[in-house]
Amino acid sequence: MKLDCKHVWEHISEYIDKTVDAKLREEIELHLEHCEICSAILDSTRNILVLTADDRTFELPVGYSERLHKRLAKELASSEKDSEEE
Amino acid sequence: METTEAGLIARILAGEKELFHELIRPYERMVYLTLFSIIKNETDAEDGAQEAVINAYRHLASFRGEAKFSTWLTTIAINEGRKRLRKSKGTAEQSIEEQEESHEGDFTPAPLTDWREIPLEALERKELREALRVAVAELPDIYRQVFTLRDLEELNIEETAQALGINPGAVKVRLHRARMMLQKRLVPFLKTTAPARKGFFGRAL
Repeated sequence: MKLDCKHVWEHISEYIDKTVDAKLREEIELHLEHCEICSAILDSTRNILVLTADDRTFELPVGYSERLHKRLAKELASSEKDSEEE
Repeated sequence: METTEAGLIARILAGEKELFHELIRPYERMVYLTLFSIIKNETDAEDGAQEAVINAYRHLASFRGEAKFSTWLTTIAINEGRKRLRKSKGTAEQSIEEQEESHEGDFTPAPLTDWREIPLEALERKELREALRVAVAELPDIYRQVFTLRDLEELNIEETAQALGINPGAVKVRLHRARMMLQKRLVPFLKTTAPARKGFFGRAL
């Protein structure tokens, strides 16, 4: 069976995640070999995922970690006190 | 000295409380991003992240090791985020847990013409990252949350399903749609990174 582009698009995400079965995978790869449009869609989607996983894209607020551990230290100290009082 | 995660947890529960700092450190980023994916406001997300971490500490004894610690912690973060969202939206009971995938909408990718693989340096551009942040923030809630857990925090499909309390099939559908919506939104930015091809008289085609 020859896949059309729309069918490939429906499975692009699973193809990237390698969760398509072997037969479908082969059909998609065959299609990609001669279809520039689908190859471009695949590439661009992959690039977006690379960018997403890059720590610099989604940054934490400056000082987040320090404030978190300070708050945590306070909590630990107060739970220490509680257990002593018990 | 036991330094694996399970070992750390056992030691904390046995009284070495200070080790909780160490246990949580690898997941700080994840907790914040989870909260941010739900409440989309830096200050509230940070407050929520602190609260979630404190909650995790207080309830550590109830962690049974059936799930991974990261999944358990993510669930706590999600609950904290949802609680805050409900509060900020008043008592409206249309909670995010009840949102379903809409069957309407266009989830097909944008076809690209004149595409060549964009060079890695192009991905370094700040505008592209900014555009991605905006596009993710503008995704409908149910898609943004799945996308965040899966592609940003790199949980697997099962873990994502478990943390959000939905089935793995729904994770796959939502993830696919989120990725396609982002692809469509970002294509204009990705395309301009390729050098324009010159046509007759030096005009860009």
